[in-house]
Amino acid sequence: MASNPKVSVRDLRTWYGPKQVHRGFSFDVMPHEILGVIGPAQSGKTTLLRAINRTLEFTAGSRMTGEILVDGDDVHQVDDVYGLRRKIGMVAPLPVGLPLSIYDNVAFAPRAAGMNGRSNLDHLVERCLRQAALWEEVKDRLDSLGTKLSGGQQQRLTIARALSHSPEILCLDEFSIAIDPVTTMRIEDVLKELRREMTIILVTNLVQQARRLADRTLFLWNGEMVEIGATEVIFGDSPKDRRTADYVNGIFG
Amino acid sequence: MTDEPKPTRARRSPLALVTERVVEVLIHVSGFSAILFVFGIFFFVFKEGAPFLSKLDWMQFLFSSEWIPTSSVQPKYGAWALIVGTMSVTVLGMLIAVPFGLGAAVFVSEFCTGRLKETLKIVIELLAAIPSVVWGFIGLKVMSPLIISVFQVPVGVNLFNAAILLALMSVPIMVSIGEDALKAVPDTYREAALALGATRWQTIYRVLIPAGRNGLLAAVLLGVGRAIGETMAVLMATGHAVKIPHSIFDPVRTLTATIAAELGETSQGSPHYQVLFLIGVLLFSITFVVNLAADLIVKGVRRQ
Repeated sequence: MASNPKVSVRDLRTWYGPKQVHRGFSFDVMPHEILGVIGPAQSGKTTLLRAINRTLEFTAGSRMTGEILVDGDDVHQVDDVYGLRRKIGMVAPLPVGLPLSIYDNVAFAPRAAGMNGRSNLDHLVERCLRQAALWEEVKDRLDSLGTKLSGGQQQRLTIARALSHSPEILCLDEFSIAIDPVTTMRIEDVLKELRREMTIILVTNLVQQARRLADRTLFLWNGEMVEIGATEVIFGDSPKDRRTADYVNGIFG
Repeated sequence: MTDEPKPTRARRSPLALVTERVVEVLIHVSGFSAILFVFGIFFFVFKEGAPFLSKLDWMQFLFSSEWIPTSSVQPKYGAWALIVGTMSVTVLGMLIAVPFGLGAAVFVSEFCTGRLKETLKIVIELLAAIPSVVWGFIGLKVMSPLIISVFQVPVGVNLFNAAILLALMSVPIMVSIGEDALKAVPDTYREAALALGATRWQTIYRVLIPAGRNGLLAAVLLGVGRAIGETMAVLMATGHAVKIPHSIFDPVRTLTATIAAELGETSQGSPHYQVLFLIGVLLFSITFVVNLAADLIVKGVRRQ
């Protein structure tokens, strides 16, 4: 391939205590692609994202072997894990508005990284909120608590927050669970725009969402990578594995 | 076709309904009893001191530091030095205790895991269980000589000694309550902050402390309450001298210690006896004001 992979996963195996999650698989994510990750609950989608930005290690008893490379560097070897995490924007399935104002939520990561200066921050906050399709709704009350917003607004706030540190990789973990379909479509349009600037890993329970957005799709099942391939192939007539066809067509069970 | 028994809805027995009612009443009673007890205590303390209210020189009581209650010629009841004593010991004690207490709470809650955490919690709870007279003993026999030799001061039982004891006594409460407050902050906040590239310390002071501030304030207040009300340890370690302190190595006397030391010596119903009860009322008012102020602060913070 022409360019080097943005993220490389090599023989990933993870455990929570005695329970194994990932059973050893490898794949690459190329720059500026949207990789859809689909699979039923408990298949290890969220854990995959947590392994990439090294938040998995906060869970007591978790363990991982294999390698994850971001820009060719092993995430476990980097000197500055905080810098690594800022390189990766993370959006959790249920919105976690930090108990701060809307403004401070978005400005949290830039400030933590040492950015200050009101006009810089003002500019950044507005840009991120616009990108997350939230600006118009909250521009008059940036000082009120982020946790007082509705669920869908909070989710867009977390997306704005994830964009605030200009990540190179954006990981979305079932972002549309708490959002209505119209807003979901608006954010999906935003994601299509964003892929010009960044690489996107989209974990989703909605197989049609992967179909709409992803360049390639990865099907995880029970901690194994059943198949990864171009989205047209995965959703086409003849994916390599029968389970994939069954799952995307809703026959799986 | 046989008669199929109709499916019946499960029904509570009449006894269950009665029990429900009884439990409800009991819960109400225990709720109101708290109010009743507070007012009861206030009433009885006040009643003992009340007859002297008309004869009391308020200016002298609140602003004079002459406490000569046993004089047969001209007894003087100036509690100012005692008020200053209580305040200074409490404030100094809290200046020591709050950073240590909250720091330890953060450490136990955020940095400890597994066995170390369990061990620390048990040890800290053990610390809270030490009787105050034992603390007083430590103040007299351990701290006092230590203070004399380290700071080159003539007297070891003084304001500083008692403040350290109060700090040691209130830290365990602050740690347990403060740790609970931090534990109540959802883990998702921690993970969200860390995923945004915040360091652990940034996560603690930008997210966890603001999120848990009500609980942390409660932790501090319980510590303050413990310090103001403490009697035996301060009686033994302050030096028990009625004077306005000019340095932290001066001996002082507190309101509580005065009541404890003198009440047994007075005859019931005498002016001295009644003044001691008024001191009790004063103490009660101080804690009330402290609690009220804290309550208002919390509400103010919340409204922001």
